[in-house]
Amino acid sequence: MNALNKLLTSAAIGLAVGVTSFSAMAETPANMLVIANRIDDVTTVDPAESFEFAGSDISRNVYNRLVNLDPMDLAAGYKPDLAESWDVSEDGKTITFTMREGVKFHSGNPVRAEDAAFSLQRAVILNKTPAFILTQFGFTPENATETIRADDNKLIITTDKKYATSFVLNCLTSTIGGIVDKETVMANEVDGDMGNTWLKTNSAGSGPYILSGWKPNESVTLTSNPDYYGGAPAMERVIVRHVIESASQRLLLERGDIDIARNLNPEDIAGVLSADGVKVEDELKGRLMYLALNQKNPVLAKPEVRQAFKYLVDYEGMKNSFLKGQYTIHQNFLPATYLGASDENPFSYNIEKAKELLAAAGVEGLEVEIGVREAQERIEIGQSFQNAAAQAGIKVNITVGTAKQILARYRSRDIDVYLGAWGPDYPDPQTNAGTFAYNPDNSDAANATGLLAWRTGWDAGGLTEKVEAAVTEGDREKRVQMYLDIQKEFREISPFVVMFQQIEQSAMRDNVTNWSTGQAVTSAAYWQVTK
Amino acid sequence: MALIEDNNQRRPSRAPLSEQVWPFLKATLLTLGSIAVTLLGLLFITFTIGRVMPIDPVLAIVGERASQSTYDAVYYQLGLDKPLIVQFLYYLWDVLHLDFGTSLLNARPVSEDIVRVFPATLELATIGIFFGVVLGVPLGVLAAVRKGSWIDQIARVVALVGYSMPIFWLGLMGLLVFYGILGWVGGPGRVGIFYVDVVPNVTGLILVDSLLDGNWDVFKNAFSHIILPASLLGYYSLAYVSRMTRSFMLEQLSSEYITTARVKGMSEWDVVWKHAFKNIRVQLITVIALSYANLLEGSVLTEIIFSWPGIGSYITTALLSADMNAVLGGTVVVGLIFILLNIFSDLLYKVFDPRAK
Repeated sequence: MNALNKLLTSAAIGLAVGVTSFSAMAETPANMLVIANRIDDVTTVDPAESFEFAGSDISRNVYNRLVNLDPMDLAAGYKPDLAESWDVSEDGKTITFTMREGVKFHSGNPVRAEDAAFSLQRAVILNKTPAFILTQFGFTPENATETIRADDNKLIITTDKKYATSFVLNCLTSTIGGIVDKETVMANEVDGDMGNTWLKTNSAGSGPYILSGWKPNESVTLTSNPDYYGGAPAMERVIVRHVIESASQRLLLERGDIDIARNLNPEDIAGVLSADGVKVEDELKGRLMYLALNQKNPVLAKPEVRQAFKYLVDYEGMKNSFLKGQYTIHQNFLPATYLGASDENPFSYNIEKAKELLAAAGVEGLEVEIGVREAQERIEIGQSFQNAAAQAGIKVNITVGTAKQILARYRSRDIDVYLGAWGPDYPDPQTNAGTFAYNPDNSDAANATGLLAWRTGWDAGGLTEKVEAAVTEGDREKRVQMYLDIQKEFREISPFVVMFQQIEQSAMRDNVTNWSTGQAVTSAAYWQVTK
Repeated sequence: MALIEDNNQRRPSRAPLSEQVWPFLKATLLTLGSIAVTLLGLLFITFTIGRVMPIDPVLAIVGERASQSTYDAVYYQLGLDKPLIVQFLYYLWDVLHLDFGTSLLNARPVSEDIVRVFPATLELATIGIFFGVVLGVPLGVLAAVRKGSWIDQIARVVALVGYSMPIFWLGLMGLLVFYGILGWVGGPGRVGIFYVDVVPNVTGLILVDSLLDGNWDVFKNAFSHIILPASLLGYYSLAYVSRMTRSFMLEQLSSEYITTARVKGMSEWDVVWKHAFKNIRVQLITVIALSYANLLEGSVLTEIIFSWPGIGSYITTALLSADMNAVLGGTVVVGLIFILLNIFSDLLYKVFDPRAK
């Protein structure tokens, strides 16, 4: 739908709502939560494989982990879940978890340390996309049964070297840390797949909800687990309906046929704010928008030029116009709400300052190409940057293309400037520090396409060692300070212009309380929701 | 003996059996051959476009942060390293075994997905074309018979609006008025949340399944959800069918045989319906069949606005996600529908037009 259509639709809906009250308002039952969301990214619900947003939402509510994040107190970090407590060995390499007694899987089987060991070993052996979250600790398909083992009621994991305990435990709160019912899963094993095919569409967890139905691109139905160790959830049934169109979500919400709409566009958010019985809640998410300046371009590699680009972004202008309500200004690689996140945003839109810096670098008549993937908000950011740069005498040529075209050039270090979006993989600062500020080998031969610093051709210098040190720091407070220091240096010297952090706006009926989409660190939780 | 001779004399001379069967066999084989060639062409073109277009199925699976080794592993696993023609032959062999492969994204067999989504489109399109034909044909006939009258003007405006109004806009406005404000119809989705999975899935057509199950409540709820999108699609068919009917009828009404019929004192009803209309049936069949085929292809925008899990939105989602197995499977099914409807309308030609026999 083009912008005019959107505007006209919103205006018409707004006008009609303004002059007419909805007739015969429907209302969902008090013990049922109905959510409209885009769920076409769900490809599997196996926790060893799931790596998408909507899939992670399902997993978070169906599977317990050893340690977990409390949706009512996300700032507190990980808390005991299936592991009641844990001890760390003196050398910092072995963590022994003591399992909670009396917890049962949905099948009725007891949750044992053996199940926990099997779940983590399975994730390592299957080696699906998110497996790196565990294998970064030295677990391999070959050594998994020795490094991850059960001993009576204890689960013992041994890493290849000392890591910060908070790093290991944060990783275990992610989707891949979900504990599955070994007996049920292995009963459904086909051709040695450790139940992977079966678990793609079925669940075998112990969490507050049981997956009772998933129709791709249609709906997900969860039923409450009456035996959940934390107490049966208030919402006995949760239905997530796949509704793509924002205006359709809005109508469903205003009619009372759904409780929560998760994908309203800014026009519809503005519209529902004036509707009776509807409220909007904002949560910061992990997605960052950034510019990466290729250091293989000798002009862009000049420190003053890198600095100048940071003054050529109209942060406030974009935030208050086409990004309104959807993004906030954020100039650090750790998203707000992360351990060690910084709220320092020193750069502002300043053409004169940028000109001074360019002059100091002896740069005149610079012409650069910026690669932008074909998404509306990215194209608009690119155009805003193009206008600002023109005022400082830089000619910016925008190349719009598909992910394959643009990303392939970024991964092969073949584009001057890349306008990118990045979301963290797991709720620990290492997830972003390890890609933005870490690059042990900047040579072409290293081909470290997984690292953003390498893709940008940037030898992160001393920051690489600092990131390595932060990963092994056992003291949580010291670790926080280390990340703050890394980010301070990164802001000044890096070729990354981090600009914005995403906000998720959920519109909901005003009787819905305790809603949580999980902020930047985790996924949506339903068990604490009441109506 | 005399009787036999007599019979032989009265019996028209008949060709030997082999000569009677051969034309039929030849026609059948030609039809099947043309289906096979058309499908083969469709498969090859879609397959080639899928492989050369700038979307990356590997990236869709591994994500943008995967290492080069993971990327390469999936690349080889999908067989993308083989020559295009080899990839196509492998695919063709699977399709001949009714195996459209597995969806790259949801890991389910594509054939299962199509069996799930196609009935939703079939149900919507069938009711839509029913509205379009039942209202569009009489409207077109009336407009032609009363050419220049107020009925003709109304038919013109109805068709013009149908042609020019974006379906996206009309769908949203319909939802706003009839669902949002008046509450006369159900909202987006095939049934309300309380009726999901209530009746057993036999045909995949909720209206039919609820009747088979004798569940009147589900039927009413499903009907309240389908009525608006089906009317909307029906309206677009109506616009096309009514204009074409009017045009065909005007041509017939100006023919000499119609003047003769009137001069002979035949009633206007008989002139219009028994003579003129009878002669436009063949052309109308083509128009209706094409219209129906377009609806069965899945109206993506209608399916998006009404959250209708049909084949149109299935193929679109698959395309945007670089899920080429799903795109190819969906395209083959849509192509097959076009071909079958064409054959069906050819058969009807033979029934209605003696010259085509």
